[in-house]
Amino acid sequence: MAEVLVLVDHVDGKVRKTTSELLTIARRIGEPSAVFVGTGFDAAKETLARFGAEKIYRVESPEVLEHLVVPQAEVLAQLVASASPAAVLVPSTPEGKEIAARLAVKTESGLITDAVDVQAASDGSGGIATTQSVFAGSYTVSATVTKGTPIITVKPNSATPEEVAGAAADEVVDFTPSDAAKGARITESKPKQATGRPELTEAAIVVSGGRGTAGDFSKVEAFADSLGAAVGASRAAVDAGWYPHTSQVGQTGKQVSPQLYVACGISGAIQHRAGMQTSKTIVAINKDNEAPIFELVDFGVVGDLFAVLPQATETIEAGKD
Amino acid sequence: MNIVVCVKYVPDAQAERTFNASDNTTDRDNVDGLLSELDEYAVEEALKIVEAGEGEVTVLTVGPAQAADAIKKALQMGAHKGVHVDDDAIHGSDAVATSLVLAEAIKKIGNEAPVDLVVTGMASTDGTMGVVPTMLAERLGLPAVTFASELTIDGGAGGTATIHRDGDASTQTITATLPALVSVTDQINEPRYPSFKGIMAAKKKPVEKWALADLGIDPSQVGLDAAWTKVEAFAARPPRSQGEIVPDEGDGGRKLAAFLTEHKFV
Ligand SMILES: Cc1cc2nc3c(=O)[nH]c(=O)nc-3n(C[C@H](O)[C@H](O)[C@H](O)COP(=O)(O)OP(=O)(O)OC[C@H]3O[C@@H](n4cnc5c(N)ncnc54)[C@H](O)[C@@H]3O)c2cc1C
Ligand SMILES: Nc1ncnc2c1ncn2[C@@H]1O[C@H](COP(=O)(O)O)[C@@H](O)[C@H]1O
Repeated sequence: MAEVLVLVDHVDGKVRKTTSELLTIARRIGEPSAVFVGTGFDAAKETLARFGAEKIYRVESPEVLEHLVVPQAEVLAQLVASASPAAVLVPSTPEGKEIAARLAVKTESGLITDAVDVQAASDGSGGIATTQSVFAGSYTVSATVTKGTPIITVKPNSATPEEVAGAAADEVVDFTPSDAAKGARITESKPKQATGRPELTEAAIVVSGGRGTAGDFSKVEAFADSLGAAVGASRAAVDAGWYPHTSQVGQTGKQVSPQLYVACGISGAIQHRAGMQTSKTIVAINKDNEAPIFELVDFGVVGDLFAVLPQATETIEAGKD
Repeated sequence: MNIVVCVKYVPDAQAERTFNASDNTTDRDNVDGLLSELDEYAVEEALKIVEAGEGEVTVLTVGPAQAADAIKKALQMGAHKGVHVDDDAIHGSDAVATSLVLAEAIKKIGNEAPVDLVVTGMASTDGTMGVVPTMLAERLGLPAVTFASELTIDGGAGGTATIHRDGDASTQTITATLPALVSVTDQINEPRYPSFKGIMAAKKKPVEKWALADLGIDPSQVGLDAAWTKVEAFAARPPRSQGEIVPDEGDGGRKLAAFLTEHKFV
């Protein structure tokens, strides 16, 4: 069976959940080979083996990551040439998309971004069929790659990670970044403080606050914590400085697709919908019964979030004993 | 500073967007179009750079005849001149082919005076792939710094571009040597509205019209048939069935908790 390359998304060897999802998807279409670039290999190896990586290509170098995504695209291009994989899977993060874009041009291969599903084509052609959600989630598109090696960026939460022991045979890749790769350099990197909550794009439940919070996110956060949820925000809340930009949900923020999305004091503008419309279950709390968000909901409460949320939080917490 | 801003003409996101059933491409005829909102930030940033120093801003678009509107809007905002690449053979091009046309057009613009900086939006509001800028950089052999929420140019042409990027794990400062490509987010500035003076001045600004032949691109390299990916099918997402909406009569929170418990979220 042909190899399927999976680019590992990690911070110092701590592998993100999306990578185990990609390994699970890779097994549907071939034999998963993880591609690890950076530092912290030993920690990563254990996770990669647990989710079925048969092989791990490794490039261990702190220098490589200073130069952003170009070296990673070069590593993958080198492996596409040497291993002739059936496909290359990359997480749909901004960095992942850049890597995939460069790889597509380098290897003259078709690129599909933001797939929400990847399967072996049902016509037995050995091809790969992808599903994407477009126009702010209002259409579903199925697409295939017709040239080169299919390069696919896959959104978080597109598969349930399955644990299957893999051989995880590691192979050091002989790699030197080109001079072109050195044109841009990260000169400073300030780590973010952890919130203790799940990551927005990976979370099963997301609770978001908008302008209706009037800057007080405490009720939104307490409710989120009662559900073990991640906290998001509308652009209005972010622009007002009430919540960090990395928490913004929408067209120019994060696109989330959790089991449950709760919009608190958010009107439901098209740009906001673009980031949450594919959520499985949608709930909204809004004072205005004509707010467009109510067109999307499975359950809605017309009311003041400062009354509704604390009561809901209290009821949920009481039910836990 | 010689700056090229790539702008895209897109179907209005506020309208009902759909596909052409004949070839599964985006319907651009039956939906009003406009300059992609996210590219206004790119135009604004380029204008700020030349206003703070010197130089010229050229706006470049690849698209059908109506795409001239996108150039017009950018010229009204203050860009100096426009280049419109329009050729029937381009219809249905994927990101890879679009980046090829843009790259050749930028090379041609550079024949007159070297291009120091290419600025793009973070993503188009129709395709939302956000990959054209990187592909363009790859083709032009330029360093790329993407998703800039702040941009500083030091030393003018031949100097550096330094950006801030707000990532999940960290906030990064990234420096690239010019010439370079920068894509900007909607956090970077507040795009200006065209003034009356701007609107009048735009009428006299030069717009070049190029076809593929002017760029030395063979029509077989672009368009639907040359696309490296194929849309096999599209389907409207089934409308969400209207859920239950209750007024808060003092027990809204308890009802919400009951809904969540019933659906096993608690
Ligand atoms: C280029 C571009 C990109 C954009 N990208 C994004 C994006 O990525 N994400 C995004 O979210 N937006 C984005 N926007 C902005 C978007 O158009 C809206 O302006 C924004 O989503 C509005 O945020 P909001 O719903 O919090 O505020 P509003 O629209 O002001 O809505 C606030 C809501 O809160 C309700 N409310 C007020 N008080 C209470 C209370 N006490 N209890 C309950 N309800 C209350 C009100 O009834 C109202 O419905 C973008 C816009 C542009 C132009
Ligand atoms: N047809 C086009 N003409 C000019 N610029 C484009 C075109 N398509 C994409 N771009 C540029 O590339 C950016 C990202 O587009 P995309 O990769 O399609 O999301 C846009 O914000 C534009 O700056």
